[in-house]
Amino acid sequence: MRLSRAEYKDIVRATEQLRPTRQCMKILKDRFPNHSQSTLLSIFSLEYQKRTKRTISRHHAADVVESHYQRYLNEAKARPAAPVLLEMANEVDLSPALMGRLILDRFLQDVSGEMHSKAVLNSMLKEPSLIPDQVLANNIYQCTINDCCYGPLVDCIKHAIGQEHEVLLRDKLKERNLSFLDENKLRTMGYDKTPDIILEVPIAVEGHIVHWIESKASFGDDYSHRTYLNEQFWSYWNRFGPGLVIYWYGFIGELDCQRDRGILLKDCFPTDIVTLCHTSHQQSPEKEDND
Amino acid sequence: MAAILDLHLRKVSSAAHLSSKCCSSGQQERDSLPFTECGVTVQKHQFVSFLLNFLREQSSPALAHGTPAKTPNRPRPAAQTGGLSERRACRSAGSATTSRSSSRVQLFSPSSSVSPGAESSDRRHGQRPSPFHDEMGFWDTGSKKPGRGGGHSRSREQLSPPSTLNFNNLEDFPPVGSSPISPLISKPSRRINPTPVSAERPRSKPKTCFTSTPFTKLSSPPMGAEVLDGSMRVGSPLSLQEERELLKREKCYLKQVHNCVYFAVTVLENQFQLVAHLDKGALRLLAENERVASFSPALRDLLIQAQGKSSAKVSFDEMQSDCSANPAIIPFQPDTDNRSNFGNDKAFHTFKKQRDVFYEALREWEDLHNEPGWNFDASLGGRIRGMMNQLTSAGNHSHFARLFLKQLVQMCKGPRMSGAPGEPPDADLLEMLGADGLGRLKRLEERLIQPHGIVGPCPPPSFPGHQEFFRDFIQTASCCQLNQHLQDSLCQQLLQLDEVSILSPSASIKEEDEDGDMEQQDEKQRFSSVLLLARLLAKFLGFISFLPYQTSERPSREIQEASVALRSKVSVPVLDVCAVLDNSVRRRRTILTVPWLVEFLSMLDFVGPLLLCYRTALGTLLLLYRRLQLRRCADVCYLNKLLLVSVLGWLFHDCIPLVDQQLLYFCCPFLSEFRKLLAAFVSGSTAKSGGIIRKITPTSAELKDTPIANRSQQKLQLEQAFFHNQPPSLRRTVEFVAERVGSNSVKHMKATLVSELMDRGEKILRDKLKSLNFNTSKLNESICALLCDAGLEALERATRFCDEKSLEAVRTLLPEETSPTVLRTSESITKRLAAEKACSWLSANITGKLIKDL
Repeated sequence: MRLSRAEYKDIVRATEQLRPTRQCMKILKDRFPNHSQSTLLSIFSLEYQKRTKRTISRHHAADVVESHYQRYLNEAKARPAAPVLLEMANEVDLSPALMGRLILDRFLQDVSGEMHSKAVLNSMLKEPSLIPDQVLANNIYQCTINDCCYGPLVDCIKHAIGQEHEVLLRDKLKERNLSFLDENKLRTMGYDKTPDIILEVPIAVEGHIVHWIESKASFGDDYSHRTYLNEQFWSYWNRFGPGLVIYWYGFIGELDCQRDRGILLKDCFPTDIVTLCHTSHQQSPEKEDND
Repeated sequence: MAAILDLHLRKVSSAAHLSSKCCSSGQQERDSLPFTECGVTVQKHQFVSFLLNFLREQSSPALAHGTPAKTPNRPRPAAQTGGLSERRACRSAGSATTSRSSSRVQLFSPSSSVSPGAESSDRRHGQRPSPFHDEMGFWDTGSKKPGRGGGHSRSREQLSPPSTLNFNNLEDFPPVGSSPISPLISKPSRRINPTPVSAERPRSKPKTCFTSTPFTKLSSPPMGAEVLDGSMRVGSPLSLQEERELLKREKCYLKQVHNCVYFAVTVLENQFQLVAHLDKGALRLLAENERVASFSPALRDLLIQAQGKSSAKVSFDEMQSDCSANPAIIPFQPDTDNRSNFGNDKAFHTFKKQRDVFYEALREWEDLHNEPGWNFDASLGGRIRGMMNQLTSAGNHSHFARLFLKQLVQMCKGPRMSGAPGEPPDADLLEMLGADGLGRLKRLEERLIQPHGIVGPCPPPSFPGHQEFFRDFIQTASCCQLNQHLQDSLCQQLLQLDEVSILSPSASIKEEDEDGDMEQQDEKQRFSSVLLLARLLAKFLGFISFLPYQTSERPSREIQEASVALRSKVSVPVLDVCAVLDNSVRRRRTILTVPWLVEFLSMLDFVGPLLLCYRTALGTLLLLYRRLQLRRCADVCYLNKLLLVSVLGWLFHDCIPLVDQQLLYFCCPFLSEFRKLLAAFVSGSTAKSGGIIRKITPTSAELKDTPIANRSQQKLQLEQAFFHNQPPSLRRTVEFVAERVGSNSVKHMKATLVSELMDRGEKILRDKLKSLNFNTSKLNESICALLCDAGLEALERATRFCDEKSLEAVRTLLPEETSPTVLRTSESITKRLAAEKACSWLSANITGKLIKDL
């Protein structure tokens, strides 16, 4: 969904006090019934990440970590069945998954000294049963499943959604009989930067030439779009010419200002496509008939 | 225009009986002297500048209204004039300067002395049948003498300087106001100043000085002095005095405004065949000029006629090749750009970043460089130099140099794009107006926002449009490794281009009929693109080569001498200009070589022209310039020569008409000064305001048919875009096949259908002619009907032919592994191109050919 900046700001304002929990998502959805849940969740997620980036450092200070850890140890001892970590996270306004990570990291220092690796930490976060402490494992698990912004579960969901939309994109292209090279093929050919799709024969979308398509299963806000532009989209432009970005969960309409330059934003697979149509067995004759 | 006046000056002055003193027996002889003769031509050339200023000076107070709107600049203080001409001098390539400066020198040459220019050039001259001499009579008033073909003897007798005026006596031409000539001071006054022209053009202030000469102070011995032999410098005080006398008389005559106007109109009238080659706009302005109308209605009528014939509507201010929405970037090509093309990972990844930085800089420049206060170095310098450092540490300059040059060529090869060239058009506007309408809108915008200053016939070299970005990039990067790679590559490409074969006329003319000859048309196009590209590359090669020696001011004489001594010993010129030039002259390819050499030499630093290699080349060019004579209009190569005359020109006798008006104006933007001057006159006479009023004719938008036009426009864009990310060989293959198949299709039609039609047509004719009471209109009708059907059938058959043959050829020529979609697309583009080519020829020619033959 293409949002005006004003609409977007309304939503952002509504997310300011929310926590990354299911209940909060429900509140948001009720407040904006006309927007899709995915869009709202994506906007919230991006906003929450910004909030976390601003505040995370204060939770990382050694003395704060230590005090969190001691408090966890005490409370877990007193109430082994209670979701102690989750409560703590909500109380200090930190993402539960990040709180879990912080405590597990500190716990591993005690168990295996300073030397434990990031890989071990990550694998335990993904698979809490590997954690030698049963109570901590439960707590970590609760944190992970109750966090809709951070943590291995969310990462996994995001990845799956990304894949799903790439598949969706490829299906749409095949449906339209547009042949393309995908990222994997491009890598094997030695391209240094690769969009999701390069069209073998370019198309015109809403009057703009498109050589490549990038699929983003997220909402395009200022920050993420700027980052993508600098790290990806302009690089594609520099190599393949103009292209199309699909933000499946919508974007701030005002960001779609590089059309003439050669970066077109859409929130769905475009319908206004003009092709060279050189095949005799044309797929979508309706376009041609319009001429 | 200068040439027009120049060439005719002599005649008019004699007509005015100003040279009564010389109206002795020698008069006729002198009159009949061909103006090709170096001294005379060049002198007159120079004179024209002064004359024009003089005319303006004289006529503006006299005419109650209607003088060109130039008054603000009229009383120029000497200092200012100096500045202006200094600036103008920038443009003058060494060669032009040379010719002019030496002409001044020659001004004083005695009538008795042998023209060394003529002497030394006669040697060359002997090698070819002279195309010049048979035209001699053309320039004079009809007193052509028999037996004047030789050149040698002739050149001797005509050495006397022009009988009437001391054209170079600056004191007699106040507006230019330069210091008196001292022919023996040996400092070349030319200066190439690599600053953007735009910076020197304050908006909307019309610059005048149409007539100022390209130099400040006079002026060096000719660069080609050694070629020309020093004797020409010897002045004869006697003839000088005589000339001064005459000049005074002429001045007297021209004090009368009516005489001035009469003089000017007569000049135009007598040089009509040259005037007729001006662009439509200038012709229209001339025709509408009330003075022309009142002094010579005949000329006005001729001008009106010529408008209709003017070969092309030249929109030289705004020659915009297209408004394609494709940003002209150089695509990543796995063949040349993937990891296997780099020595190590680091180099590969560095280059990956360089590409992004480079395009980021380009985009930023496009967006911001017109903003007030934006500065290239301040904004992009840090990033660019950082990038150069990385390149250096990765030893990666060649890759970047290649990208840089490809991008340069991509963006600047065509005729200058207006405004921000890379800027794709607004989609909504495109939708509304169509591509053509959008182009017009852009031109309108340009006319409204851009200063329409008159810069005179000799503006400094400039880097218009995107060229400015590339020039500033090179300057800012200031990276010797990069420059070396660029030089190597530019030089190699230039030499390759210079070798490009230009089809000999016999090959193409025999094959098809004169007019609609498509092969020749293609050849013209190809030539023009080669020429434009070569000029671009040569300018940059010159820029980079002389960059290390550029100084903002002319160095002192001592420094100059020292650096000449140093540079002639140690520095190897990047390009052996003499060899290139000699080779080109020998092979009669000056039409291609001279224009790009001029671009190269226009970048020379102060000392450059003094170095032997460049001095010699400039001398040769000077000789070429002086030997050049324009033939009559009917000459198919008239424009070839006009181009050479205009870039500095000369041509042995190429016989291929390669140059069209558009190309001429593109290569010589200063030609448009003529039109600007006329426009200034119009606005001056009507509005009397300081600025030039641009006449903009409002037209209503034509909405009909736009969607279809847009759609087909879009398809064309898509086709272009299709090639963008494919290997270059694909495009070459498609274009080649289309070209050949199209041509074969026409030949096939001619061999089959057309000859069959001829037979039928002849039969009809014969039958009708036999019946005694045949009716002409009926006969025409039946033949037309035949042709009409035949035309349609020919198109159909040609298209079918193209379809079949294209398919076979493309399939055979593209790699087996080509993906089916790419193959299909290539096939149909080929078919379309081939059929288009064939059909356009057929529809243009079939009727005409048949009627003619019948």
